[in-house]
Amino acid sequence: MDSVTGLMNGFAVALQPQNLMWAFVGTFLGTAIGVLPGIGPALTIALLLPVTVYIEPTAAFIMFAGIFYGAMYGGSTTSILLNTPGESGAMMTALEGNKMARQGRGAAALCTAAIGSFVAGTIGTLGITFLAPPIAELAFIFKPQDYFALMLLAFLSVSVVMGTSKVRGFIALFLGLSLGLVGIDKQTGLQRLTFGVPDLMDGVEMTVVLVSLFAIGETLYVASRFGLHKPNLNPLAGGIWMTKEDWKRSWKPWLRGTAFGFPIGALPAGGAEIPTFLSYTVERKLTRHPEEFGHGAIEGVAGPEAANNAAAAGVLVPLLTLGLPTSATAAILLAAFQNYGLQPGPMLFINSGDLVWGLIASLYVGNLMLLVLNLPLAGLWVRLLFIPRPYLYAGILIFSLVGIWGVSNSWVDLVMMFGVGLLGYMMRVYDFPIAPVLIGLILGPMAEIQLRRALSIGQGDPTILVSTPLSAVLMTVSVLIVLVPAALHWRRTRKIAPLPEDRSPV
Amino acid sequence: MIRTVFAAALSVSLAGLAPAFADPAVVMAPGGAGGGYDAMARLPFDAMAKEGIFTDGATFTNKGGAGGTIGLAEFVGANKGNDNAVMSMGVIMVGGILLNNSPVTLDDVTPLVRLSNDTGVIAVATDSPIKTVDDLVAALKADIGAVSISGGSAGGVDHIVMALIAKEAGLDPSKLNYIPYDSGAESVTALGGGAVTLAVSGVSEFKPMADAGRIRIIAVTSEGRFDGIDAPSLKEAGLNVVVGNWRGIVGAPGMSPEGRQMWLDRFAKMHESAAWKETLAKQGWEDAYLSGDDFVAFLGEEKTRIAAILKDVGLVK
Repeated sequence: MDSVTGLMNGFAVALQPQNLMWAFVGTFLGTAIGVLPGIGPALTIALLLPVTVYIEPTAAFIMFAGIFYGAMYGGSTTSILLNTPGESGAMMTALEGNKMARQGRGAAALCTAAIGSFVAGTIGTLGITFLAPPIAELAFIFKPQDYFALMLLAFLSVSVVMGTSKVRGFIALFLGLSLGLVGIDKQTGLQRLTFGVPDLMDGVEMTVVLVSLFAIGETLYVASRFGLHKPNLNPLAGGIWMTKEDWKRSWKPWLRGTAFGFPIGALPAGGAEIPTFLSYTVERKLTRHPEEFGHGAIEGVAGPEAANNAAAAGVLVPLLTLGLPTSATAAILLAAFQNYGLQPGPMLFINSGDLVWGLIASLYVGNLMLLVLNLPLAGLWVRLLFIPRPYLYAGILIFSLVGIWGVSNSWVDLVMMFGVGLLGYMMRVYDFPIAPVLIGLILGPMAEIQLRRALSIGQGDPTILVSTPLSAVLMTVSVLIVLVPAALHWRRTRKIAPLPEDRSPV
Repeated sequence: MIRTVFAAALSVSLAGLAPAFADPAVVMAPGGAGGGYDAMARLPFDAMAKEGIFTDGATFTNKGGAGGTIGLAEFVGANKGNDNAVMSMGVIMVGGILLNNSPVTLDDVTPLVRLSNDTGVIAVATDSPIKTVDDLVAALKADIGAVSISGGSAGGVDHIVMALIAKEAGLDPSKLNYIPYDSGAESVTALGGGAVTLAVSGVSEFKPMADAGRIRIIAVTSEGRFDGIDAPSLKEAGLNVVVGNWRGIVGAPGMSPEGRQMWLDRFAKMHESAAWKETLAKQGWEDAYLSGDDFVAFLGEEKTRIAAILKDVGLVK
């Protein structure tokens, strides 16, 4: 069965009324959990696994696919409107998205996120349909040194563009790197910075830091400034739809974000965060409106949001073609397959073609459903901001705490939430950027483990780090990213120095 | 605010509110949802409910971290003398207690049954010059550091397999170039792509990739050969190494003898049931039923053996 006939049969399955209903349930549930901090698709699908006993496989997978895509989308709503991302993949969306919301352009930000997610999700699903086998091969091509070079690139590029003050940015970054060190070192089994607290042995949970820094820090900050000056902001000042200019500035970031997200999402150690970092950096570099970045540039919402959703589609590639789960959610989907006695992998398309193509077709359907569900609602969500802020932020605080408690049932995590939340508040007061903390926390441990793997394989020889063509290229780009701006700056200052009156705004 | 209400309802149900049953069991899974300990906690209760062996239901708590020792500590702390409380556990926890220097150990709980086993496999890339266990031993002897090995966490069951092989071959296990990977997916792609020389994992994780011709399994860690895998056991190949990733159930600390017997009877009945056989098949678990005092004795042997090998590897002082 070739791809096209397979897909057509798949649509015949996915478009049956009861399967449409399951797709709706899934996307709705997914959007809801994406909005809720801490609770992600992995946990939700795990808790829904028992239903696989009662409903037929096609229906279950259609629902799970809806949850999966929906969760990636849902995170953007709270990021943009409330500056409280629920998942790490939505963090970069908050940077520009929330600034847009504060200018009354929240609806446009939500629209570009929704359409970007749809575009990326659709291209990603097309990728699954037609390119799955070659993309899955990437998993075998990437060696530890390649991963390390990719992470270094993400790390350096995003650090270079972050924040207004380099010193503050680097302090925040190193704070994140230190948090990332906490826990048992996987390679040697030694404990680092755990202070004998058993709950710290597995490290600091990224979600806890994400939710605390953003949600708790934001709540405290708003509360502390509440009496001082009330904002005179109409959340709908910028209209409820994207302008022509917005479209023009969004479509390229959507496509570029997808190009980052889909292949990196398909890598076993890729994830959804790295593509969002890369996409944000690239959009910031390529934009014709650099002055708007940091103050609500639509490109900074469109790109990362597309990257995030394309990565979600990418994750399904190795799962379906090789039976390889590359994320927590994929591992649970694999468990669901096994519950039905199905083994994903090359044989799955042959043995259970109806199911797989039904699943892939339902990804298209679910994606469209998300767009239909969310686009008209963008104007409605924005009205959330009309809720008096004491109620709104009290609600955020409670959802954050319930979300984190639901994930770990750990009071240590709750205590940490308040500690980190206080830190987030201080950082806001003294104008430190928050994103570098999370970038350090996410990328630091990933880069460290790949570096040490590579060195271990090379028995300590550092040249292994540039031993593959891919790692050599990525490494060179990383070095250029640091050196070129520095060199340009040096040349500019040297030229300009004798003729200060010629200085043009840079 | 319908959405808010819905989200609240969802979060409450996700937080794990139990249905109001007569006298539900209190069950701890010392690992995250969807993992091995989670399945070992939930599935026996599913099977028992289906067969009418134990129908009062159960409240499950997932508490992962530090090789399961955090869940163990909470279980021991909260359930002293509770005849109705049980926890899933396995060989990883035996090692985890030693590695993490856990103040709470398996001496604090009441061992009940061992239920499943996952045999380990040793695999190489399909184009590797290493074709047999003898080739592997020769390669290790030639230059132990040059053989990079991917597997699960440091000191985990995969690492123990390699340490025992090194020891059998007369080599120093602490010199192994062992590289821990977080997931079987990462490990198997590292092997298939030629990043590492050798990989150790469970049958269920590697067999599909071997069947697809991506990797080649050169040995299994069971006593004899393993059905469906064309490779000798390590023992058959001349190395006296038999290791399994087994899992089972323990009861609360200070469980009464009657309480213990009640659970042993329930698990004995469950083990005979069709529902459990179906579960084993679906999960790809080998039946490794061992009950009561036999399990206590087995647990004692495992503790001694693992403590010794972790010391040899240099992970435990």
